[in-house]
Amino acid sequence: MEFKDSQAIYLQIADYICEQVLLNKWQPEERIPSVRELAVQLEVNPNTVMRTCELLQQQEIISNKRGIGYFIHPDAVKKIRQFKKDSFISNELPSLFRSMYLLDIDVDELKPYYEKFKKSNFR
Amino acid sequence: MINIQSLKFSYRPNRPLFEDLSLRLEAGHIYGLLGKNGAGKSTLLKQIAGLLFPDGGACEVTGYKTAKRQPAFLREIFLVPEEFNLPKISIRTYVKANAPFYPRFDEQAFYSYLKEFAIPQDQQLTNMSYGQKKKVIISFALATNTKVLIMDEPTNGLDIPSKSQFRKVMAAAVTDDKCMVISTHQVRDLDNLIDSIVIIDDHKIIFHQDVGTVTDKLSFKLLGQLDDRLPILYADSSLRGHSVIMKNENMEQSKIDMELLFNAILSNRQPIQELFN
Repeated sequence: MEFKDSQAIYLQIADYICEQVLLNKWQPEERIPSVRELAVQLEVNPNTVMRTCELLQQQEIISNKRGIGYFIHPDAVKKIRQFKKDSFISNELPSLFRSMYLLDIDVDELKPYYEKFKKSNFR
Repeated sequence: MINIQSLKFSYRPNRPLFEDLSLRLEAGHIYGLLGKNGAGKSTLLKQIAGLLFPDGGACEVTGYKTAKRQPAFLREIFLVPEEFNLPKISIRTYVKANAPFYPRFDEQAFYSYLKEFAIPQDQQLTNMSYGQKKKVIISFALATNTKVLIMDEPTNGLDIPSKSQFRKVMAAAVTDDKCMVISTHQVRDLDNLIDSIVIIDDHKIIFHQDVGTVTDKLSFKLLGQLDDRLPILYADSSLRGHSVIMKNENMEQSKIDMELLFNAILSNRQPIQELFN
């Protein structure tokens, strides 16, 4: 896995796990690889993967069965969509807003661009 | 696990290397020891391993004074030095001669590490390249299962694929009861592996924080333009733009840039240190 420079590694690993779920590679109620297996595969410190698992557990995307490991939560797909939305609002929007503020662009001004984008990409 | 208090040391009279150096390292972590050439990284590692003795203060590992070199301490520590000489014997003979000193030595693990590094098992140590020898020592070090594992510039001399293999074996080997210390100049090889940063300069430890705390307090960014309104603590400008360290005022979770942090702390450490006090 290639890591980007822009975001903390533990969040990028969380994205990776969520992607496996959204792509149906890891199914709800299935056990995911252990912290150590993930650390070795991704070549990162196991403490970093631990931090990822704590976050995903908090978000109820995975759950910990003591002594066995982490399992994908039954509602994981729904939760991931919500989690991604939250992360978009807290991580990506501020930099967009900062640019908008610095360039003096109003929110309404963006609407035609957004409509055009939707038309050309999703129709 | 490692406890150094007010350590004093000099190689020559009136040229102190360490003055009042204190450092505490715990199990369950991989520490990255950073410092300029000649700052004393290797010397500090040798003090921890009991190969050099303090002029004043104390250096203890798992409660043992390292300078006393008691067997109960020596069997729980392994140092991978930057430079080494290996005898003209086979790998198997090397294991036979050295493994008995380490009660938890795992022979099976040793050969699986060698396999991971693609080192043929039936070779004379002296017929190997520097990088291959290094991989044998790293494999041996990991297989000893000592509580403390110290590595001085482990990725020096390793080719590109073996750096990735090195990260894999290290990730597999660190456990809650082990303390690993790596000194390095090549932080980019290891920045996802290291979870705590220790910087040595000016005869003492000037910075010691875990990566999580660093990214809570500081954010690392690449900016197209510098802006006076931003709380920038350090900037390094290149063709890519401006790599900056800022106060993390918006609770952003950025990826640590250890090289940038190291340069920032060496060039102007006060404003950064203040944030951590």
